[in-house]
Amino acid sequence: MPSNLPRFPARLRLLPLLAALPLLSGCGLVVLDPAGDVARQQGDLIVLSTVLMLLIIVPVMALTIFFAWKYRASNKEATYKPDWDHSTQLELVIWSAPLLIIICLGAVTWVATHLLDPYRPLARTAPGKPVAAEVKPLDVQVVALDWKWLFIYPEQGVATVNELALPVDRPIRFRISSSSVMNSFYVPALAGQIYAMPGMETKLHGVFDKTGEFEGFSANYSGWGFSNMRFAVKSLPAGEFDKWVATAKASAEGDLSRDTYLKLEKPTHKEPVRRFAASDPQLFDAVVNMCVEPGKMCMHDMMSLDAAGGAGIAGIGNVRQVTYDKFAARGTVDAARWSMRYVAAACSSPVMSNDRPDAKPVAPAMLKGEGLPHPSKPERTALRAPAADRPLS
Amino acid sequence: MTIPHPAPETGPILGKLSLEALPLHEPILVITFIGVVLGGIAVLGLITKFRLWGYLWTEWFTTVDHKRIGIMYMILGLIMFLRGFADAIMMRLQQAMAFGGSEGYLTPHHYDQVFTAHGVIMIFFVAMPFITGLMNYVVPLQIGARDVSFPFLNNFSFWMTTAGAVLTMVSLFIGEYAQTGWLAYPPLSGIAYSPNVGVDYYIWGLQIAGVGTTLSGINLIVTILKLRAPGMGLMKMPVFTWTSLCANILIVASFPILTATLVLLTLDRYVGTNFFTNDLGGSPMMYVNLIWIWGHPEVYILVLPLFGVFSEVTSTFSGKRLFGYTSMVYATICITILSYLVWLHHFFTMGSGASVNSFFGITTMVISIPTGAKLFNWLFTMYRGRIRFELPMMWTVAFMLTFVIGGMTGVLLAVPPADFVLHNSLFLIAHFHNVIIGGVLFGLFAAINYWWPKAFGYKLDVFWGKISFWCWVVGFWVAFTPLYILGLMGVTRRMRVFDDPSLQIWFVIAGIGALIVAAGIGAMLVQFAVSIWRRKELRDETGGDPWDGRTLEWATSSPPPDYNFAFTPVIHDLDAWYDMKTRGHQRPVDGYRDIHMPSNTGTGMILSGFCLVMGFALVWHIWWLVALSFAATIVGAIYHTFNYKRDFDIPAATVTAVEEARTRQLAAGA
Repeated sequence: MPSNLPRFPARLRLLPLLAALPLLSGCGLVVLDPAGDVARQQGDLIVLSTVLMLLIIVPVMALTIFFAWKYRASNKEATYKPDWDHSTQLELVIWSAPLLIIICLGAVTWVATHLLDPYRPLARTAPGKPVAAEVKPLDVQVVALDWKWLFIYPEQGVATVNELALPVDRPIRFRISSSSVMNSFYVPALAGQIYAMPGMETKLHGVFDKTGEFEGFSANYSGWGFSNMRFAVKSLPAGEFDKWVATAKASAEGDLSRDTYLKLEKPTHKEPVRRFAASDPQLFDAVVNMCVEPGKMCMHDMMSLDAAGGAGIAGIGNVRQVTYDKFAARGTVDAARWSMRYVAAACSSPVMSNDRPDAKPVAPAMLKGEGLPHPSKPERTALRAPAADRPLS
Repeated sequence: MTIPHPAPETGPILGKLSLEALPLHEPILVITFIGVVLGGIAVLGLITKFRLWGYLWTEWFTTVDHKRIGIMYMILGLIMFLRGFADAIMMRLQQAMAFGGSEGYLTPHHYDQVFTAHGVIMIFFVAMPFITGLMNYVVPLQIGARDVSFPFLNNFSFWMTTAGAVLTMVSLFIGEYAQTGWLAYPPLSGIAYSPNVGVDYYIWGLQIAGVGTTLSGINLIVTILKLRAPGMGLMKMPVFTWTSLCANILIVASFPILTATLVLLTLDRYVGTNFFTNDLGGSPMMYVNLIWIWGHPEVYILVLPLFGVFSEVTSTFSGKRLFGYTSMVYATICITILSYLVWLHHFFTMGSGASVNSFFGITTMVISIPTGAKLFNWLFTMYRGRIRFELPMMWTVAFMLTFVIGGMTGVLLAVPPADFVLHNSLFLIAHFHNVIIGGVLFGLFAAINYWWPKAFGYKLDVFWGKISFWCWVVGFWVAFTPLYILGLMGVTRRMRVFDDPSLQIWFVIAGIGALIVAAGIGAMLVQFAVSIWRRKELRDETGGDPWDGRTLEWATSSPPPDYNFAFTPVIHDLDAWYDMKTRGHQRPVDGYRDIHMPSNTGTGMILSGFCLVMGFALVWHIWWLVALSFAATIVGAIYHTFNYKRDFDIPAATVTAVEEARTRQLAAGA
């Protein structure tokens, strides 16, 4: 290019670089080049939205530079209209151009948000590979502890700390909670993040379509040991996953009993990988209900009690069994000082599971408007029978 | 490294306070403390040596003049900016060092305070004082008023903001600051998980400053609605005044939410209620909702006034009327309203359903429509103009080119599935620095360069201004492009140490960017110093209108007299001063009358001092001192209501003398 070109085309020469951004993924842009179908769709959405917005951003930036150059005070050739301040046509353009982009992006957002809702079971493991009806997702229960992660595999009867092994190509359903403060469970190569919150349960669905070793971490600051809340993620072929389960089960750490959990829950950091057998099927539900500790009333019991009118006057003093934070905290508050104020009581109520059946996989066809009658020839039957059973694209 | 120690015992006299509260084990803090003490002694010594105490007290600390209060706000913002930026440099250094098993140089206890303090200080004690100061200075002049509606309240607001800032700074040397992130989400910020005084410093610093912010918001709304010069209908108000009005409406409507939320958190921490605890029916998510219902409008509180600045600057330096004034006003109003409908986009990842998430995602995108319209309006103001690239205009063009990228990444983050992979990542950090530095700070620098001659009567030095400009713009991109890339690599925020050595290079580049920005800040301080030194050469010879301005503030002298305008001007057109100039307006040179003005009072500073003591006592649970300072505040406030020396008249003779001096100055300049 000749060197005497004005500044603005020179700037434009940088634009192809933007298009080359996905190529950078070779150097580790895991968000744009993940190893799971969900994360890949999320990454593609980033690229699509960016391109849509560049349709307006690039002209604006180019015009800014062009006008700044063209109408500089030293350029006496340029037209100068000091009193020109209105043009209805232009106003229409400047309001409608962003509006159009946002209408497109809004539609994309509505569809994608529903399709990629982390609570939705997966309908496919990769483009063109629908999940067969008989395939049950692998359940993994995730608990964020101070400052490490606990993974419980109820189906396999094993549990691990800071290590998440998953079979490739099998949908995973995570049930996520936390023992003390908010964290965010995030494996960038697998799927987007979701918060892990104490006394609450969140869900996430994801699937690996490549084997390999990845990293997961907490993406929400949770205090002193937050930086080291990292865990190894392994995507294994089915056979190797079974082997891994067998090793974990035979681990010298033994069974993850409630006592072991209560010890594990105490604040530590840089915790090495630990593997347990896990025979208590209700441990996770007890964690969510904040009643792992013996003598604690589970939240669901308290809620049903409250729904039935509460415990009356007796309930005022008798809160030792429903008090959680003051004792489970990071060893920072003197438990004896607090407990004097409360009456302790035994609680033998069984834990109720929070686990409800998931909704059906969403049929994207409906979201995309397929099956709706064409405006010109209304067919009422089409509305009544949306194409819910169609293969998912 | 051991996990932090439990909460201290509470004594009857000093509460939780003891010698252990002094961070003598932290060499960085000890050295900083020694530096602050030496610097403080030097400043106090100089003030005493030059016998400036009386001058400072009568002319500045007790002043009710909106112009001087505005300048004091700006000085407060600048000082706190240096502190907030020091925090930024510390974080950059830590993150550039802590790889491959290295722990860097900051412990978690220290590092976590640094990033919390950085966020809190930059938003509450830098950006807020800067914009409040700017509005305070400019708005009354732009609408042809003599002062704000409630001059004493203005002084009190300033000192309350300062008291909040001082309390926050005290935490550096006595005790600790919060280690929670700048919004202090419970349960982490609850007493069970943050048993020490850090969060209490956070709460009381913000509560005290919040009183100032809310009162100043009320003050400016009333000023704009009631004190406009005759003829200035709402649709003849300068755009800066319009955006200030909207920003202050947002302040008054949203800061009470922050106050209430923090009160609930305070009750949880001090008296054992369970609003936001995990147990006994508490809901931490409620806090997150409430704080963002304040937090999102806050973003627009910060940026709207600067949108006004860009409008004024573009129009003035293009020598043209602002394109699309009406649509600019309606765009501002749209943004004001929409800013309340988007708060959930800060936590799409907390498990809301897809429909809720899409609703808030789309409302967020909708805000980009009026914002885009504004950008086009500035663009078409430049179109067929005669653009003079003085410093304010350079900052404006830099803003337009920088802000669109920040806006684009913002809309990207508003797409919930994209947010699931980018939430809390360094991409998000890059995004909001992109809009806050590119929008708010660049706007402030444009404003400072633009209105400095009005405030002091001489222009700022251009050479150092340009050095500062280029360092800032280049430094910003060098510092934050790596953060965008790191975010796409899945790197999250608030990390103190890293495993993956391949990330280090990006943090090193970001650190270099921060150093270039540091050079920009240094150049700006030099620019101020050089300009003050060379003020005779840089003197504005035009008698108050160095930029060929269009709005009313350029009609009076620089600096304006105490009473702003000897005669209240009558407004006929949007660009009032431009209109007066083109219609051959003759400045009245006789017939001056007495001008009724408010008197100075020290009450604002004294009451805020009591509040500061009360805040400190509350932090440390020194209950007798809380009671004492609370009583003093109430008694002081009541006592002030009996102050009948509230106003005085500037005699016509004085006005005549001032105005005749200006007549001579104008004649000499012509």
